[in-house]
Amino acid sequence: MPVRPIIGGIGSPEALQAALVGAQYLADEGLATAAYLALALGKPLLLEGAPGVGKTEAAKAIAAVLSRRVIRLQCYEGIDAAAALYEWNYPRQMLAIRQAEQDHVNIYADEYLLERPLLAALRDPNQNLLLIDEIDRSDQEFEAFLLEFLSDFAISIPEIGTIRASRHPIVVLTSNRTRDLHEALRRRCVYHWIDYPSPTLEAEIVMARASAVARTTADAVVAAVGRLRAEPLAKPPGVAETVEWAEAATLLHSQGGSWPEAFRRAIGVALKDQDDLTYMAPRLDTVIPGEAA
Amino acid sequence: MTIPNAARPFIEFPSVLRRHGFSVAPDQTMGFIEAVGLLGPRGMDDIRRAAIAMLAVPRERETEFDALFRAFFLGQTIATPVPSLDEDEVEAHEPDGAVSEVEQGDELSDVGVRATAAERLTSRTLEVGDRSDVLVRFERLAPVRLPRRRSYRYAPTKRSGVLDLRRTLREAARRGGEATTLKTRRRRTRQRRVVLLIDISGSMRERTDASLRFAHALVQSAERVDVFTLGTRLTRITRDLLPRDRERALARVGQLVADFDGGTRIGEALRTFLDVPRYAGFARGALVLVLSDGLERGGPEAMIDSVHRLARVAWRLDWLSPLAGDPGYRPETSALSAVLGSLDALADGSGLDAICDHVLGLGRSR
Repeated sequence: MPVRPIIGGIGSPEALQAALVGAQYLADEGLATAAYLALALGKPLLLEGAPGVGKTEAAKAIAAVLSRRVIRLQCYEGIDAAAALYEWNYPRQMLAIRQAEQDHVNIYADEYLLERPLLAALRDPNQNLLLIDEIDRSDQEFEAFLLEFLSDFAISIPEIGTIRASRHPIVVLTSNRTRDLHEALRRRCVYHWIDYPSPTLEAEIVMARASAVARTTADAVVAAVGRLRAEPLAKPPGVAETVEWAEAATLLHSQGGSWPEAFRRAIGVALKDQDDLTYMAPRLDTVIPGEAA
Repeated sequence: MTIPNAARPFIEFPSVLRRHGFSVAPDQTMGFIEAVGLLGPRGMDDIRRAAIAMLAVPRERETEFDALFRAFFLGQTIATPVPSLDEDEVEAHEPDGAVSEVEQGDELSDVGVRATAAERLTSRTLEVGDRSDVLVRFERLAPVRLPRRRSYRYAPTKRSGVLDLRRTLREAARRGGEATTLKTRRRRTRQRRVVLLIDISGSMRERTDASLRFAHALVQSAERVDVFTLGTRLTRITRDLLPRDRERALARVGQLVADFDGGTRIGEALRTFLDVPRYAGFARGALVLVLSDGLERGGPEAMIDSVHRLARVAWRLDWLSPLAGDPGYRPETSALSAVLGSLDALADGSGLDAICDHVLGLGRSR
């Protein structure tokens, strides 16, 4: 795989970082570097991190920067080749056989082939970005199969033959780390651990994403969310929750609520687990931003 | 081919990492060099980021990595203690005499080191016991009752199952497009691998014989299984339990295992287990059973860290403790209570009955 230092007009991690801002995604240097290296070296990018730190968003933003379409393969326990690669359109094949009657008909032509994400990404590697989401949910066997796919970028279909990508497609894998991925898979990829953004960066994300939130509100919410994440919660709030909390509180405040009250009433968008809410209920005062917001 | 001098550090650094227990493939070294070239590099930060991304440094080892990075590229001294020669090494023993030494590059408290001084290597004669009904019953039931997992492959079925359009269509094509029968298929299932880790330290002395008899029954009846003993060292005894005759098998184990009734270094032994990639691979997606009282006299860090790691790769991690037979039992050692959240079960391991029942009940729980 040849090294291509410039992809879609982007020739350095800084250029990618700047371009991602244009796509409404604020990335830190580590992510920009890893993503740039993955693109330049033609390797898959593996993003790991807690749920809600923006792994999938990062993939979508990279696709937007390169003006590519995202082909998403959502992994789940029990996912198999038929869901990931291809399937024959059996009803159409059946109809074709009956219509043809005595004539010859090739039921293994392209028109009877249903593309699934991996095949779709192979057949058109220049227009797409393949997002393999939550790979940690799939079975080990699927992981092993992916390993093969990611090294050869080829799929063989018994009735047709081997389909090979004309060049390596751009691939982003994400994992919530509910289990450790296989070493061999990690080795194939450029790796980056996405952390929760720093308070300054997260406040900037709130400002960029939310419609009408004041900077002071954003700072206060980010600080509160930071304190929430330090608690032993089942589902700590992600970045999306921070944005929603800021927006919800701003909305309630504009309708005449006081600040602490607005934050308190909107807590449901930040904590989405009953146990967490019960646990935090007596402690909310220490977390919720006061009048300063 | 000569290597340009400028590239030399980037080839040497990955091998430094390897010496400290990071796994780095040659491909990754290549990628690292390419990446450094791509980035300029304009500074140490570029090199560090390239290394983390291309060598896939796991998050929890970043501090360790940073120390090595600074030591190598900036010539600073390593903050984490360098392993002293033999005390920190737990050896992994294989029956064919091959000993793979695994270096422990991590901090070890003084207490842990002092416990190792108590390492006592002995061999001993194991009680064979009568051919108890419990184990006979276990061997009979295990093939059907041990937990199974869905295989990736499908198998044709006669009755239940989902519609197999592929086969139905092929059949129809043979009959001129007339689908006369609907074919069905179903995922095959395979038995999950079982990894049995037996604590043979002094505090478990009275249980060791029973544990090994159970191990023998398990090896006889399960499709894929691996058995290790944890003491002052880690010993793989699967192959020695293969003889059908229990007496012969246990005699072989008795000679092989050198650290019966010695000190307790469960944490270190578990860490060794995880640091040998082939062994760690056994635990992936497997049912992992630990027969131990969890009494770790060394520092608890090694045990906590390795149990967390083990729980992340295993399908299920069950800790069977002889102390847990008492209904009012709560783990008291700091190590065991700290890992409680990672365990799928902390169950009664006080006798063969309890152990067999627990294991046979697992297949039905999921």
